[in-house]
Amino acid sequence: MNKNIKFIIIILFSLFVFFIFYKGLEKPNNYFPEKNLNKIETSLVFKNLNDQKEIILEELINNNSFSIINIWASWCLPCRDEHAYLLKLRNLNKIDIIGINYKDKKSNAIEFLSDLGNPYHEVLVDLDGTKSIELGAIGVPETYLINNKIVVKKYVGPLDDIKLKEIIEIIKYEKN
Amino acid sequence: MKKIKLIFYIFSFTLIFLNNLNADNSQQVDKISKNLRCLICQGQSVYDSQSDFALSMKILIDKKINEGKNEKEIYAFFKNKYGEWIVYEPEISQNTILLWAIPLILFIFGGILIIRKVSIK
Repeated sequence: MNKNIKFIIIILFSLFVFFIFYKGLEKPNNYFPEKNLNKIETSLVFKNLNDQKEIILEELINNNSFSIINIWASWCLPCRDEHAYLLKLRNLNKIDIIGINYKDKKSNAIEFLSDLGNPYHEVLVDLDGTKSIELGAIGVPETYLINNKIVVKKYVGPLDDIKLKEIIEIIKYEKN
Repeated sequence: MKKIKLIFYIFSFTLIFLNNLNADNSQQVDKISKNLRCLICQGQSVYDSQSDFALSMKILIDKKINEGKNEKEIYAFFKNKYGEWIVYEPEISQNTILLWAIPLILFIFGGILIIRKVSIK
């Protein structure tokens, strides 16, 4: 009797452990924060890349339509890849793109933009990376689609054809 | 001569004082950053990591302390930004109740086993 109970307990316990680890297998290893990120911190004060003027983020964000915040750096290779997509978005002339230059040298950033084109309506500077953290970013590149101070979509990593299509779809859908 | 001495003393005391202030802060930054998970480097705390993200986090923690925020407020701030995952110690909630309860259950269960063994003897 006693032996039976022990046996059953061991079996149950191993099943339990197996189940936990099996569940763990399905989960992706990379963590992307998703919760509580709907609201964006608009009271942040940034410096402009060109003239070092101080600007509050709130002034740049369109209240009634969409804006995009893109965090980038000249040293970041994926940023180079996604630049063409940002230019495409800019050429649509439907949406304001705000660039945040992340931990970069001013001269390199300006060179990057003059080489590849400037898709941004305003380029802001985040020298020590702390402001990007206040926005909820974990690295570069990162892109936020914002409507009314609320993050509609957040893309970690470079933009591509699929993401670009998605953004354009969302913009169209909301406007009609 | 006395004046020079006095100035020297005042100067060194302010230096020591400033140094102490800074030291206090960095100790707290270390303590807090040890409890925060570096989100882009797996298995490392912000304290351990030298990634761009972690370095910026440390600067931000320092800034928050200077703003007069205490430890709890700083954890709350990061939880709000990045979700609960960023702190190493999970809160007790529906999702984590098992995590907290299992050690306790095992402890009681083990205790019962031991008592039974002893009483059988």
